[in-house]
Amino acid sequence: MAERKTLNESLRERGVSRRGFLKFCTVTASLMALPPSMAPAIAAALERARRPSVIWLSFQECTGCTESLTRSFSPTVEDLILDVISLDYHHTLQAAAGHQAEAAREQAMKDNHGEYILIVDGSLPGPDMNPGYSTIAGISNYQMLMEGVAGAKAVVAVGTCAAFGGLPAAGPNPTGAVAVMDLVKDKPVINVSGCPPIPEVITGVLAHYLVFGTPPELDEYNRPKVFFGQSIHDRCYRRPFYDKGLFAETFDDEGARKGWCLYRLGCKGPSTYNACATMRWNSGTSWPVESGHPCLGCSEPRFWDAGGFYEPLSTPLIAEGPTVAVAGFAGAVAGGALAAMAKKATAAAVAQRQPVKVEELEQSLEGQP
Amino acid sequence: MSQELNKVSLERGLEALRAEIDAPVAAFFSSCVRCGLCATACPFYVETGDPKYTPIRKLEPLRLVWEAEYTLWGRIKSALGLAQKVTDAMLEEWEPLLYDSCSMCARCSMVCPVGNDLQYMIRKTREGMVASGHAPEGLIGAAARAIRTGSPMGLQWKTLDVQIKHVEGSSGLTVPVDQVGADYLVLLSSMEIINFPEYLEAITKIFDHAGVSWTLSTDCFEATNAGIQIGSKDIAAELVERVVAAAAKLKVKNVISPECGHAYTAIRWEGPNLIGRSYPFRVFHIIEVLDELRASGRLKTEGKETDRLSLHDPCNLARKSGCIQEQRNLMGLVAENFVDLKEHGRYQWCCGAGGGVSSNERAEPLKLAAFKRKKAQIEEVAPERMVTMCATCRTQLEEGLEEFNMDIPVVGLTEMIADHLVEKDPA
Amino acid sequence: MSDPMGFLLWVKGPAFDWALAIFALGMFARLVEIFMLGRQVNYAEPKGSEWGPGFKTVFTRTFADPGTFARSPFDVVLGWIWHIGFLVALLLFIPHIELFKSVLGLSWPGLPNPVVDAITAITVLGLLLALWHRLSSPVKRFISTPQDYLVWAVTFLPVLTGYLAYHRLINPYPLALGLHILTVEVFLVVFPFTKLTHVFTAFIARWYNGAIFGRKGIES
Repeated sequence: MAERKTLNESLRERGVSRRGFLKFCTVTASLMALPPSMAPAIAAALERARRPSVIWLSFQECTGCTESLTRSFSPTVEDLILDVISLDYHHTLQAAAGHQAEAAREQAMKDNHGEYILIVDGSLPGPDMNPGYSTIAGISNYQMLMEGVAGAKAVVAVGTCAAFGGLPAAGPNPTGAVAVMDLVKDKPVINVSGCPPIPEVITGVLAHYLVFGTPPELDEYNRPKVFFGQSIHDRCYRRPFYDKGLFAETFDDEGARKGWCLYRLGCKGPSTYNACATMRWNSGTSWPVESGHPCLGCSEPRFWDAGGFYEPLSTPLIAEGPTVAVAGFAGAVAGGALAAMAKKATAAAVAQRQPVKVEELEQSLEGQP
Repeated sequence: MSQELNKVSLERGLEALRAEIDAPVAAFFSSCVRCGLCATACPFYVETGDPKYTPIRKLEPLRLVWEAEYTLWGRIKSALGLAQKVTDAMLEEWEPLLYDSCSMCARCSMVCPVGNDLQYMIRKTREGMVASGHAPEGLIGAAARAIRTGSPMGLQWKTLDVQIKHVEGSSGLTVPVDQVGADYLVLLSSMEIINFPEYLEAITKIFDHAGVSWTLSTDCFEATNAGIQIGSKDIAAELVERVVAAAAKLKVKNVISPECGHAYTAIRWEGPNLIGRSYPFRVFHIIEVLDELRASGRLKTEGKETDRLSLHDPCNLARKSGCIQEQRNLMGLVAENFVDLKEHGRYQWCCGAGGGVSSNERAEPLKLAAFKRKKAQIEEVAPERMVTMCATCRTQLEEGLEEFNMDIPVVGLTEMIADHLVEKDPA
Repeated sequence: MSDPMGFLLWVKGPAFDWALAIFALGMFARLVEIFMLGRQVNYAEPKGSEWGPGFKTVFTRTFADPGTFARSPFDVVLGWIWHIGFLVALLLFIPHIELFKSVLGLSWPGLPNPVVDAITAITVLGLLLALWHRLSSPVKRFISTPQDYLVWAVTFLPVLTGYLAYHRLINPYPLALGLHILTVEVFLVVFPFTKLTHVFTAFIARWYNGAIFGRKGIES
């Protein structure tokens, strides 16, 4: 393999000015909610960094995460990241193919054992499932993952599929797909969920790891709090309309055209934690709600099965009509049967009853003090 | 019917309670939210401050039977052995609650926010109390006398006959007895015959004046129904059958209930259901008859009472039978200075003596305590005299006012009307 | 909590289905139990009718008579406040209207969120005061059973957790919303076996009351 250049060298080669590089470091600092004074420290760290090896495994995925990462109009963050790291294996971006690609992967794993970062996108069939559901070069996803994890320093699960199982794991989950964190217990796993994740979120997490050598602070789902710690609802520019109770009721109705809250159209913003409302997409061009479409909640576990995309958050997941009808009928029958039995017993008792006589009442008084 | 005697027992009491549970009872118990507003409507609670007199609490035995045997959850609880059972000890504890501290005035039924007719259920619960041997001694005595002698006070026709003779002598009119084909069979109450004999003279005069065809019956003169008071439909039915038989024998079109509260409820509303068939005659309270005479112009009166008068509505007549305006129309005939008590008509307060309370010696202290509510009402209006249309209410008012040293005479409305009749020209 | 979203999806999914099933089963059983008992034939000559007076009482019994109001003004007013507040929060909050639309197919206009929010806050206070009154008033304390306090709790918690969820005072939101829905499910499960049945049966009881008195010629 080629000797690793320092970042400085790589950047000069590519004609990126020092100014441009420092601008990237400042952007990275602000993305990570770090003070601007950290920018020089980030610059220094990155400059000295030997480009670490990154192996990117793609399993049951749609390549949307890669598309997101590489879909940018200005060669700044994404390209720079790809220069800062040595991306030694990536199905879409690598030049090699076939046996040579797999050989490159194995070599990188061996040369950088214990040091490389393993990025995974897509979910994978669990260890008890038929391995034939998803293989690469005849190797099952599960086997490739566990081999990759063995020598990895950290694992980054990019996209909701890798983080939580995503679309393949949605009902009925025919391949028995599971998330990376369900299988990897002995190495740190950072989940960068989203379907796909925002490009700057992916690169920001990587940048943090490269600069500090540790994952950023994570939430209960192992997602970086800096990007996943705020709900869409709390950062949504349409929030004042929710608070005032002004809702669009159908697509393209008056409320929709006025930009009112999309809660009634199924927006999952209140229960979704991601950076879409602040960072937005396509370098800050727009994001689903701004375009008039309710948030799907795509960075949350099981979002495909969390109720219809166009069903409001407050609605139940299961159609309740049949339940109420069947249960109500059962109750009516049970209540009716018991009532009928009680009535019958009472009627029989009444038919046989002996009327109360005053003599009996007087008798009951005898013997009383 | 078999003459064989059975014993009263808990099981008979429970069977009686079961037989009383119907859809309204189930709806009522399903709806009680324990808000306690029924207590604020009960003179026994209001004047003692003791929460054990809360009306819905008095119904606990009936409620326990309903819950355990007529609800799904209750049956589950029973199957698991978790249901509270009604015991003799419980019924003994509940006896004073159901009899001494309740006159079945139904004010609670008017006030319950979820619409419970608690009085309806009190009446039903008493059926269970009777059949299990937990009714008060005084009421048992009254019921026994009523069944054996026809009168709960043991009054005989011969005593009434003396009064009839006196009335005839004093008024110069005839009191019709056993007249077949009369329009109206008149019933009397023993309490009235003994305490307020002016009633008989009054109706004799009024009916003569108005040309009403009426009669007494030697077979049955008693209007009151000790069976209703004690809460036994068997005893009550037997007493009603006597009235029905007398009415049939005399082929009357109507039966009049006198100035009494529960007698009217007994014969008008419960009677047909006790005997399981409609009457071939109609039933009226004397006040209804008098108001009808007034409305049709058959009552000619002169002069009016000038002192400040107020009116006590008997619960069984007003709140429980809807006869509220009639007595006020009649007061309008004969009173110049009539003022209603503040809460009157359907929200009026019970005198405290009805529903068997006055026949229950053990209940004396409570009866007097409850009267204080009435006393407060009367004090608020400060009449010079009180008018009423029920012998029990009248007795309670007189005794109560005397107890509190209030010099307010009590008079019956019928006798007041009679006092103002225009004299017929001697033919 | 390690999987708030999983919790939320469980309460919105199978747990709600079960809760609604138990509610429907219990409630239909209760209604059938009541109506099947029927009433005896009434042979007494009526003085008035049953149907009209029955329905009239269903409506008028909502309002306390002046005498009762004068004797218990706090109780009557407080009852009004928290009942109305509860109904407003339940029926006129737009996310709830969406829920009803999903389950029943019916929907209706709602009130603006801040209005419902203010009313909900008042309802929370009202319910707390109602508990205090039940504990301190001699009659209520005497006649109350453990069930009354249980029902208070299962009624109070949905209102409280709804308020907390709306204001995002519990984090993360799926946990807050999940707790709210869970408390509603407890309410539904407990409903048919407690005095909560009055929500439906009070109107039946009032009708019978009006009918019984109406037949005798009295407006009750």
